[in-house]
Amino acid sequence: MKDLVILGAGTAGTMMLNKLYKLLDKNEWKITIVDNEKNHYYQPGFLFIPFGVYTKKDVVKPKKQFFPGEHEMIESEIFKVLPEFNKVHLNNGIILDYDILIIATGSRTAPEETEGLKDKLWYKDIFDFYTLEGALALAEKFKKWNGGKLVVNITEMPIKCPVAPLEFAFLADAFFEDKRIREKVQITYVTPLAEAFTKHKCSEVLGHFLDDKGIELEAEFNIARIDNENKKLISWDEREIDFDLLVTVPVNKGADYIEASGLGDELNFVPTDKHTLQSLQHKNIFVIGDASNIPASKAGSVAHFASEILTENILSYINAMPLAAKFDGHANCFIESGHGRAFLIDFNYDVEPLPGKFPLAHLGPFSLLKESRTNHIGKLMFKWTYWNLLLKGKELPVGSAMSLDGKILDNQQIKEQFITDTQQIQKLSGGI
Amino acid sequence: MSNAAAEKIILGKTLAIDADGNLVNMADWNEEIAGELAKEEGIAELNGQHWQVINFMRKVYSETGDSSSIRKLTKESGVDTKTLYALFPKGPAKKAARIAGLPKPKGCI
Repeated sequence: MKDLVILGAGTAGTMMLNKLYKLLDKNEWKITIVDNEKNHYYQPGFLFIPFGVYTKKDVVKPKKQFFPGEHEMIESEIFKVLPEFNKVHLNNGIILDYDILIIATGSRTAPEETEGLKDKLWYKDIFDFYTLEGALALAEKFKKWNGGKLVVNITEMPIKCPVAPLEFAFLADAFFEDKRIREKVQITYVTPLAEAFTKHKCSEVLGHFLDDKGIELEAEFNIARIDNENKKLISWDEREIDFDLLVTVPVNKGADYIEASGLGDELNFVPTDKHTLQSLQHKNIFVIGDASNIPASKAGSVAHFASEILTENILSYINAMPLAAKFDGHANCFIESGHGRAFLIDFNYDVEPLPGKFPLAHLGPFSLLKESRTNHIGKLMFKWTYWNLLLKGKELPVGSAMSLDGKILDNQQIKEQFITDTQQIQKLSGGI
Repeated sequence: MSNAAAEKIILGKTLAIDADGNLVNMADWNEEIAGELAKEEGIAELNGQHWQVINFMRKVYSETGDSSSIRKLTKESGVDTKTLYALFPKGPAKKAARIAGLPKPKGCI
C-alpha cells in the first residue's frame, strides 16, 4: 500500500482529494488529508460581508461535506515535513509517511509583519477583509460609520486575489452612495504597485474607473509602519497618508511549517515548476494553489485550472512517465465594480487580458474587460458553482488551458453542461 | 528571460529590452550600462551600497533564475529596508533589478 498525503483541505486540497479519490486504485493507494480547520471558508465571499450582501452562513460550511464518500480528515496543525525521510510530523504527534506529498496549505494574512498594524486600532479603526473575523468586524463598523477618510491598502505583493482590494474600493463607493453619505467619504487607494491593476492591460482599459468614481490613487507606496496615535500610514520613503478608517490587505505568507521544513522562499511559498507543478527541490512533492511560488494569481480559479494539470501529472508520476501536462497560468476573475455590475478578465502566464466574450465566443454570456450586469450575476452565481461543482472536482464549463481562439470552447458536452448549469443557477438566483 | 519588445541605444550599443524596459540579454549588461540605467531611474551615481544590492540580485538570479523580491532583499542582502528605499526610491526590487540587467521581479501578478 502506498501513501499519498495532501496537506491542506482548502479549495486546492479538497479538489485534489476528490479528483484523485476517483482515479487512484484504492487497493494500492491510501489518500490522507490534513488540515487544522473543521470548516471550509468560501473566501471570495468575504468581500461582500462588510457591505451586508453576505453573512457568515453564506461563506462557511463543514469541510466534511465536500470530501468523497466517508473520507476522513486528520485535524491538526502541521509541525514539519522531513523531505529526506518522506515524513510529515503533525502537532498532534502523528507521523505520516508519504510516497507522494501534495502541498496545498495556501497563504495567510500576516498583520504582525507590519509595525503598528495589529495594535490598538486593530478592529477599531483598522480592518482586514481577508479573514472572516475581519470582514464581520468591518460590517459592524460600517453600520455606524458616518464618513471620513477611508483608505484601502495593499501592504506588499504578492497577495491572494489581487483584484479584491480594488473591488472593495468600488463597492465602498457604491455602498456609501446608496447610504447617501458618499460626499462625506474620501476614498484613497494605496498600493505598492505603479498602477491600480496588477495587469497593465487592465489599468489601460479600466483605470479611468477610479477617476469616474472619485477614488484617489496613491501608487508606489510601501508601508513602513502605521502611526496609531496620529492615524497615519507612513512609507519607507517618509510619505504620510491620513486615515480615519483603514481597510488593509496585510502581507500574505505561506504556512509556518513550510519555513520550518526548509521548503519555502522568503515568504514561505514553495518554489515550484510553473508548468508541471512539481516542487523544484523534491520530485515526489507537488504544490498547488496559493502555497506555490508560481507567477500566477493566487486565486481559486487558478487552483481549479491547475488541479486538472496536477491530476494528470500525478498519474504520470505514479506510472513513471514524463510529466507531460503543462499549466499555462490560466486565471479568470470577476471584478465587482459596484451598483450590481462587474468586469471579467481572463489571462495566463503569457497573454494579458483581452476583450471578447466568455466562455462562449460571441455568445458570452459574460463580457471580457467590460463592465456589465451579467458579469455581476456571474460572480454571485459562482458561489453556487463553487459549493456544488468546483470543490467536488466536477467538471466546469471552462477548460484548464486558456483559449486564445476567440475564447471558443468547442467541446459540445461542456457547452451543454454550461447551458444546463446556467439555467439551474438562474432558477436558484431568481432574486438577484 | 522575457521577450524583446523594443530596442534601445545605450552608450552606442543597440540593446533589446522587454515590455517593462528591462534588458533581455544578460550578456548585454556591464557596469557602464548599469550606470546609464541608474541615471534613467533618477540615480546620478551608483555607490558601494547600490553595488552591494545589485551584486546580490545578480548572484541570486544566477542561482535561481528569479529576480529578488523586496522581502528577499530586506532579509538577505545585508542592506536594511529603510536604506533600500533611500538607495532606490519607491521600488527598490524593481529598480535594482532593472539596473542589474535582470527582468522585473515576479510577485506583481
